[in-house]
Amino acid sequence: MPQLDMSTWPPQLFWLAVTFLALYYVISRVAIPRTGGVIALRKSTIDGDLAKAKNLKDETENAVRSYEAALADAKAKAQAIALENRNKLNAEIEAERAKLDAALGAKIATAEKKVAASRDKALEDISAMAADIASDIVQQLTGSKITKAAATAAVSKSLGK
Amino acid sequence: MATPEHGEKIIDPIHQFVIERLVPIHVGGVDISFTNSALWAVIAVTCASLLFILAPRNLIPTRLQSVAESIYELVYDITHDVLHENARTYFPFVLTLFVFILFANVLGLIPYSFTVTSHIVITLALALVVFIGATVIGFIRNGFGYLKLFVPSGVPTLLLPLVVLIEIVSYFIRPMSLSIRLFANMMAGHMMLKVMAGFVVMLGVTAGWLPLVAMVGLMGLELLVAALQAYVFALLTCMYLSDAMHVDH
Repeated sequence: MPQLDMSTWPPQLFWLAVTFLALYYVISRVAIPRTGGVIALRKSTIDGDLAKAKNLKDETENAVRSYEAALADAKAKAQAIALENRNKLNAEIEAERAKLDAALGAKIATAEKKVAASRDKALEDISAMAADIASDIVQQLTGSKITKAAATAAVSKSLGK
Repeated sequence: MATPEHGEKIIDPIHQFVIERLVPIHVGGVDISFTNSALWAVIAVTCASLLFILAPRNLIPTRLQSVAESIYELVYDITHDVLHENARTYFPFVLTLFVFILFANVLGLIPYSFTVTSHIVITLALALVVFIGATVIGFIRNGFGYLKLFVPSGVPTLLLPLVVLIEIVSYFIRPMSLSIRLFANMMAGHMMLKVMAGFVVMLGVTAGWLPLVAMVGLMGLELLVAALQAYVFALLTCMYLSDAMHVDH
């Protein structure tokens, strides 16, 4: 077996040391910085891209959320304004009606007072007239004069007052 | 087999492991000749270096870049899974070990090439570097507390001497198993391929296609073994280093 020929061992060991150390130099000085650098760069690029994508997604979501919030806000405001207007209008209508009611009530009251006064006056006139007529009738029939007061009392009495 | 000598040469599965001195060099009585083994070690290291140097640095990797990055990430993952916070220190060494063994194994599958890792002296040297290195680091980090590695916790006192003996033996067998596993896998695989290739020539056009088909399958298997053995060597190195870091496991 050529492997057991010990005379070949020194040159093999010498060149193993030379080539192995040369490879160690290349690997540690060139291969690891180069390859490791590329792998690290790729990883950081991918991570950066993913982070960027996540940020953009978050931004989009925020925009959608703020849009929805603004929309809801606007809706609420519109409703509030509509409600306020309705309440104001209702209040105005109510006030107008109340004023109108009050004015009408006052007018009715004065009119009623007038009617009552005219009636009272008319009634008084009637009883005065009746007293006059009665004293005239009594004079015509009896020829005797009666006092106006007596006639008025008699009329009042017959009118059931 | 026309002549016995010719036929013997073709089916001699051991011949491929012979070391040939391409450029004899002797320094101070020590033979450091440039051999076929050294040539293929240089080729392996050159190919590995070129892979990492020529691989582009694109955000979306090219095919060559993917190869370099896959090797890097495979070793990065095993070192970080096993060594955790100490991974940074030993990652260059483990990556070098993995790349060296991987390229030596895979290039050895090329016909007429030489498999550097099919020699026990190479794999034993690598294993001893790992073993002695891990042992020294273990004593530096833990002092004599490193000896606790041989005394597992939760063992009945009666069995303790036996367990300690087994632990010590298994610890010193580590470089043996590490080196013989790689060397034997490489040697056996290459011998098998050579024997099959010999059958193809022997049987000729009539029946030679049968071992040829088998060789295609074996070649795939050997490619797998070449990568797997490099992986196993790197993984076990990480585990031995991990033992040196954390004695209380």
